[in-house]
Amino acid sequence: MDFAGAYSTDNLKFLLDGLYITLIVAFISIILSFVIGCIVGVIRYSAIPVLSPIMFVIVELIRNLPLLLIIFFIRFALPEVGIKLGLITAAIAALTIFEAAMIAEIVRGGLTSVDKGQIEAARSSGLTNFQTLWHIVLPQGLRRMVPPLVSQFISLLKDTSLAVVISLPELMHNANIVIGHGYSYAIPTLLLVALIYFSVNFLLSMLSRRLETKTV
Amino acid sequence: MKMTKSWKLLSVMMVAALFVIAGCGNNNAANNTAGNGNAAGGETTSEAIAKIKERGKLLVGVKYDTKLFGLKDPGSGEVEGFDIDISKAIAKHILGDENAIELKEVTSKTRIPMLNNGEIDMVVATMTITEERKKEVDFSDVYFQAGQSLLVKKGSPITGIQDVTKDTKVLGSKGATSIKNIKEKVPGITVLEFDNYQDAFSALKAGQGDALTTDDSILYGMAAQDPGYEVVGEPFTDEPYGIAVQKGNTDVVQAVNDTLAELKTSGDYDAIYTKWIGKAPTK
Amino acid sequence: MDFSILTDHFGSYMEGFYNTILSSLLALCGSFLLGALIAIFRITPVKGLRWFGTGYVEFIRNIPLLLVVYIFFYGPSALGFPLDGFIAGTIGLSVYTSAFIAEAIRAGIMAVPKGQTEAARSSGLNYAQTMVHIILPQAIKLVIPPLGNQFINLIKNSSVLTLVAGLDLMYFADGISTETYRTFDTYIFVAMFYLVLTLPLSYAMRVWERRLQRKY
Repeated sequence: MDFAGAYSTDNLKFLLDGLYITLIVAFISIILSFVIGCIVGVIRYSAIPVLSPIMFVIVELIRNLPLLLIIFFIRFALPEVGIKLGLITAAIAALTIFEAAMIAEIVRGGLTSVDKGQIEAARSSGLTNFQTLWHIVLPQGLRRMVPPLVSQFISLLKDTSLAVVISLPELMHNANIVIGHGYSYAIPTLLLVALIYFSVNFLLSMLSRRLETKTV
Repeated sequence: MKMTKSWKLLSVMMVAALFVIAGCGNNNAANNTAGNGNAAGGETTSEAIAKIKERGKLLVGVKYDTKLFGLKDPGSGEVEGFDIDISKAIAKHILGDENAIELKEVTSKTRIPMLNNGEIDMVVATMTITEERKKEVDFSDVYFQAGQSLLVKKGSPITGIQDVTKDTKVLGSKGATSIKNIKEKVPGITVLEFDNYQDAFSALKAGQGDALTTDDSILYGMAAQDPGYEVVGEPFTDEPYGIAVQKGNTDVVQAVNDTLAELKTSGDYDAIYTKWIGKAPTK
Repeated sequence: MDFSILTDHFGSYMEGFYNTILSSLLALCGSFLLGALIAIFRITPVKGLRWFGTGYVEFIRNIPLLLVVYIFFYGPSALGFPLDGFIAGTIGLSVYTSAFIAEAIRAGIMAVPKGQTEAARSSGLNYAQTMVHIILPQAIKLVIPPLGNQFINLIKNSSVLTLVAGLDLMYFADGISTETYRTFDTYIFVAMFYLVLTLPLSYAMRVWERRLQRKY
């Protein structure tokens, strides 16, 4: 094990380059998957004929497949049917699709957990369906969704590492290249990378805990 | 009750989707052949070179993990090697500037899909010309002559292919010809395949296998990286490397072959060869 | 779609399928045992153990699964006892999942009323006996749905074995697709194999959760 060699300035800089890609891809995917997940979740909750069951089927299929498969499939199988996405676009698309399906379930669960009595009260006091959803159900449901949503975002950040399978130059991929330059770097590099992921995610969960105490 | 209905729908949709996909797949296959047919029919009118010129940049798929051929240096961020120098010469021939080039990382597993997707103009990535691959892509003339060999830890009882039995644990890279070759030489052997050579070499060092098999040229690069390992025995196959382009892009093949011929007459080929391989090519 | 890919390579698909199931099952047992131990650490009165339990859960939950697998792939060999991809991958899966299962079990234990512990202790049982005979049997019932969901995750997550040559479904699929040059078809069949496992499990989990909800 060669800690000094593994932690050379060049290698550290190279790992940080990887972290940058990881953060960018994760950030964009978090935003997109949150928006899409919310929309799909509300559709699932609202029991709209045809549309809701279709969403159910899509969400179930995606949730029950490995992300690794989805990433590889979007990058290298879809072009065979004419859908061609570049490296970063494919990574973002795959992460977004997968995590949006997860988030849709969280959103639906959060909305369902709102007390039925309140909805009836709101309806009988003259609010429309949409108004009830917007003013009564969403604000309460959202509060309950915060913890699972944050852990989903952390999952997403961790899951970017699976994009090594399509050679996305993110943190894990760059770590592999460093290890390739010297096997004695393997353990020191992996430990450092673990520390980096941990720090970023721990920071994220700390932030969310503060957010929670403020909103609740 | 409602839920069960949804699940029933899911099962029905799954089956339906299967048929839809089946249809798509077939159409796609049909389109593919049609496309190839057109391209083959219009050999003289292939406009791939014009496209490259319009873009002003040559997109080349190379390896980032193979010492001597294409290796990314974490320090400079540059990719360097024999394949890179050849690619630059091709860029100079087509576009007049050896730096009018964009390198993209490929592995043995991903290079043909990426080429067929049109993400890269050519693959210059230690790729052996085989009859099977010729059905998928077009190859240039041979630009490097390699042969398959074995890399082992110094002092290993394995001194050549003759010592490899079906109980030997051999490591390799997914999608490489070497996997198929050794399975033919030693029937019943198990080969553990990794995503790229770097992972395979790391695995060999980690004691995951007795030997790593691929082209000797790549193995010499690995041995240079770590003096604890050596290449043993004579090469047991011929592995002529070619530059792959999308099927039908005959003008690109022509440009590549012209470049190779120029390099050979000018002596630059020998210079590049010696620079990376450490000795002059045998003629 | 070209069904000959499935029929021609059926042996490879089945071998991968078998290994995926085997790895997931082994990791389910491993992560349950490890998770139960960590959960007990987290609620034990011994301060040192509690800290270890909390540190373990927080650290593992915040780093990517792939990283954990790499550590078990490269780590032991640096210490002189190399593990093959299947074993290293399965251990990595167990360790990673144990952190999540520990949290599920802890939540289950916390849900058992405090009075029962006191009653058991005052009737002469020691701490370990109370745990094993009184608390855990009740907690398990609550723990089954999250455990089921973790099993589904395990099946999906076992796909990372391919990155350490772990002989799983994805590993064999890579071989098939580079041989046939038909990425799309090859991986559609892979998806089917995963769904055959995960969809019925998802369904069963939902039914179970509903029943639990109805009970309370």
